Amino acid sequence: MARLSDYIIPAVMGGILFYGLFRRVDVFGSFLDGAKEGLMTSMRIMPALVALMTAVGMFKASGALDILTWVLSPVASLLQLPREVLPLAILRPISGSGAMAIFQDILQSYGPDTTIGRVASVMQGSTETTFYTIAVYYGATQVQKTRHTLPSALTGDLVGFVMSALMVRLIFS
Amino acid sequence: MMTWIFSGMILLSVVLGIANGRIGEVSAAALSESGKAITLVIGLAGVMCLWSGLMNVAEKSGLTQKFSRFFSPVLRLLFRGLDPDSRAAKAISMNVAANLLGLGNAATPLGIAAMRELELLNPTPSVASNYMITFVVLNTASLQLIPTTTAALRLQAGAAAPFDILPAVWVTSICSVISVLVMAKLLSHTTRNGLPELARPRRGGAHG
Repeated sequence: MARLSDYIIPAVMGGILFYGLFRRVDVFGSFLDGAKEGLMTSMRIMPALVALMTAVGMFKASGALDILTWVLSPVASLLQLPREVLPLAILRPISGSGAMAIFQDILQSYGPDTTIGRVASVMQGSTETTFYTIAVYYGATQVQKTRHTLPSALTGDLVGFVMSALMVRLIFS
Repeated sequence: MMTWIFSGMILLSVVLGIANGRIGEVSAAALSESGKAITLVIGLAGVMCLWSGLMNVAEKSGLTQKFSRFFSPVLRLLFRGLDPDSRAAKAISMNVAANLLGLGNAATPLGIAAMRELELLNPTPSVASNYMITFVVLNTASLQLIPTTTAALRLQAGAAAPFDILPAVWVTSICSVISVLVMAKLLSHTTRNGLPELARPRRGGAHG
């Protein structure tokens, strides 16, 4: 039986193409222009991903990741998070490629359809690279004092992490 | 910051690898992971192309704009006092629409445009205004409806239904968006900058 979530992508694709045809847009040409941009984005993240996946891989192989996870396990149990996802929670607000490298490692080590894999997926899908966003957006203005921007944004990240674990427990168990 | 994280992780791995007698594994990981990174990006590139292509069609056909009008009442509530027909309000709603659709490439330039417009309404340009803070935290809390990259990574890792996490992602996103907005509102009284926001642009030149 098809899941409800199986309908989302085909429905969005169909809807967008239908509306494009209806409005007489050059659907294929626009698609190719956009796809080219997508390809460039992928290539742009490649060097950072090489750097950070290598770092994460070495970090894990040396046993450092196990030590970090063990040190952080009291924080994890306080937040009701599986402790294996804490490295992701730490890196997620700081670096998009770093988070992607850790996320990939979690998926490979624990599998995507386990509790750990799912919590990591929800965290990855529902949070942003907070520090980067703040830097880029205020960088375009003359603002020097960002006032309560960072504390508010980090509260949101924390709520996101705690809710990820909570929602996965509620929905998948 | 990333310099420290990157070199710190590698230096620590080398030291610990030697201490634990796992330097062989560390060496192997360095060589294999760099290769895996390339494989990963190539695997992801297809989904990124597909999605960016579709979203470009959505933008060209005016669907994104139509979509942005759909939630302008909510934005009016969040940016109370901001003229809904102002360029700032339009840039904000387009940015939110682009974010919801996962149009990262379009969202950032629109967001920067919105920040520049909000700056014109800011009586103290060196201090962030409440509008700016609300807007930035709306962007740091993820608004994405369909996290395609995350789903593509799940698919590659062998997930049975890569999108089965969607309901959990939505609820989590809504909670984090609500919490940033509440925090931004609550804390605005503790870090008040003293001046009310202007209803009209401070400088007229940029609108010409």
